[in-house]
Amino acid sequence: MSWKRIWAMFKARNYEFFRDTAAFGWNFLFPFLIIAGFGIIFGGRDFADFKVGVFPLPVPASAPIIADSLADTNLPPKFVTTSHLEFIGFPTLEQGMEKLQHHKIDFLVQLDAPGPRYWLLETSPKGYIVERLFQAAFLPDDGDFGRKETVAGREIRYIDWLFPGILAMNMMFSALWGVGYIIVRYRKNGVLKRLKATPLTAFEYLTAQALSRFFLLIFTLVAVWIGADLLFSFEVAGSYLDLLIVFSLGGLSLTSIGLLLAARGTSEEFASGALNFLAWPMMFLSEVWFSLEGAPQWVRDFAQLLPLTPLLRAARKIMNDGASLMEVGGDCLILIAFTLFCLVLSAALFSWNE
Amino acid sequence: MPTPIPPILEVRNLVKRFKKVTAVDGIDFAIRPGICFGLLGPNGAGKTTALEVIEDIIPATAGEILFNGRPHSPAFREEIGIQFQHTTLLNFLSVRETLVAFRDLYRETESIDDLVEICNLGEILNHRNDRISGGQAQRLMLALALVNKPILLFLDEPSTGLDPQARHHLWEIVRHIKGKGKTIVLTTHSMDEAEYLCDEIAIMDHGKIIARGSPAELIRRYCAGPVIILPRSHVHIPLERLPLPYREVDGNLEITTERINTGLETLLTLGIDLAEMTVHSPDLEDVFLNLTGRKLRT
Repeated sequence: MSWKRIWAMFKARNYEFFRDTAAFGWNFLFPFLIIAGFGIIFGGRDFADFKVGVFPLPVPASAPIIADSLADTNLPPKFVTTSHLEFIGFPTLEQGMEKLQHHKIDFLVQLDAPGPRYWLLETSPKGYIVERLFQAAFLPDDGDFGRKETVAGREIRYIDWLFPGILAMNMMFSALWGVGYIIVRYRKNGVLKRLKATPLTAFEYLTAQALSRFFLLIFTLVAVWIGADLLFSFEVAGSYLDLLIVFSLGGLSLTSIGLLLAARGTSEEFASGALNFLAWPMMFLSEVWFSLEGAPQWVRDFAQLLPLTPLLRAARKIMNDGASLMEVGGDCLILIAFTLFCLVLSAALFSWNE
Repeated sequence: MPTPIPPILEVRNLVKRFKKVTAVDGIDFAIRPGICFGLLGPNGAGKTTALEVIEDIIPATAGEILFNGRPHSPAFREEIGIQFQHTTLLNFLSVRETLVAFRDLYRETESIDDLVEICNLGEILNHRNDRISGGQAQRLMLALALVNKPILLFLDEPSTGLDPQARHHLWEIVRHIKGKGKTIVLTTHSMDEAEYLCDEIAIMDHGKIIARGSPAELIRRYCAGPVIILPRSHVHIPLERLPLPYREVDGNLEITTERINTGLETLLTLGIDLAEMTVHSPDLEDVFLNLTGRKLRT
């Protein structure tokens, strides 16, 4: 193995990445926009708001209604002041029903009816919850509802929970497409064939690609982190170094999948399809956006097979819960094993021109 | 008696099949060091496939390839240079960076300055690969093939797609490289290129070598001699009186003669008007035509 040859290919790939301004910019812009978007939309709030349509009101359809302005209506005061309910006004029943039927609102109440009159979709879980809230608002306050305890300690914002997921997702896309897709394209247009005519070995080439992508992933990670942190001031309960190690292991494992996918084939269309086939389940099953708690057991078991799952689990434990590297050692070992398996297999299967 | 120089490259009964297609069908040849050897043939003759098997880019189905008397070894790639017919350079790199990147893949290398001078890359050294012309790209490819001081250089259709000026420029560079004692194997479907650059030629058709020798030998062996071409309307004597072999092609008479002076004297004696005469010296196109009944460029 020649480090000189690996270094030559490492440099060449990095030149390409940094000079392709469109791809380079998108690598930073994509996660930053998602984080900024979620930060602005949800702020520190939970996003599970319930939308209650009210009519008739002399307002434009779908106008947000301040709860205080509903104080003199036939709605029970306890319902109007319930947290996480968002009221939306409609001039007529028809306009409200149209939104309800399309799940744009969860519950619709008539304000000028002598008694409570409301509509909901029988199959809507959120509609059901709002109905129970609506009915409960008519009950007296003196019932024995148990004793409320407040959770002590730092509250984790949704954006704090989401942030590692966005970073890992960006890492995944960058690793899979930046390695898998690029190598297939190189094979198709003859770049790999030209390299095969040199003393460069497949192992050296793959190592250079993996190291280059790893370097770029970490570079992007740090840059996006700094930019996003300036906006949202993320808190890391654990060690930054431990977090970097976990993301590094995750980056290597995702890159190794890209290498494995690119081991053969000259069809960019097939490569793109295969990459999507891998990326989308990881995005939805590895808890990037939402928790899988309560999902069927087989779904949760399947999610364990995806490298994004241990990466995110470990990153969130360190960032949100202050876990040490030792405490996430199991996840780190999974990532290392995954990387080695994919690297060995991709080196064995790799072809320069087939 | 002088000891014969062993061939630098020897190909024995080389076969390459792709499923049901036999692209290379049992070819043999040996190449002496320091010459330019051409594989000449029409598109689809199997030249590029043969070359890529010899270069160890694709595996042979059968046969033997000996480099300096031995089968391919890992050192083979250190000692050869290849310019492929179709290839793409790494995007976003400058010409200099590309040369440096490839130079760093080898143990023994040519200096970048020398490569730039040999291949005339000075003006585009800092240009990006995707912003240079076809001729400049071919010269860069050639420079990449030379970056490791190869003793054996493979050029696959090096001038395809170039305008006449760029083609001649490239030919001069190849002749210069040959002048430095390097052995060159090139494929081409251009008889001009083969005649201009090659010391020896193997003509390929349908995966087989159908003739081999120097351009002059091949022409001597497979062509009768120069052809005097006259408009048929200028020949006012009965054609049976012509003492030379002839044929009528597109309103012209093509008269073959072994010696041009004797032929012309014969025609003048017969009172034939030679004012619109042209003389065609036989070339490799004629060799191919005579061997296969087809034109090389079809």
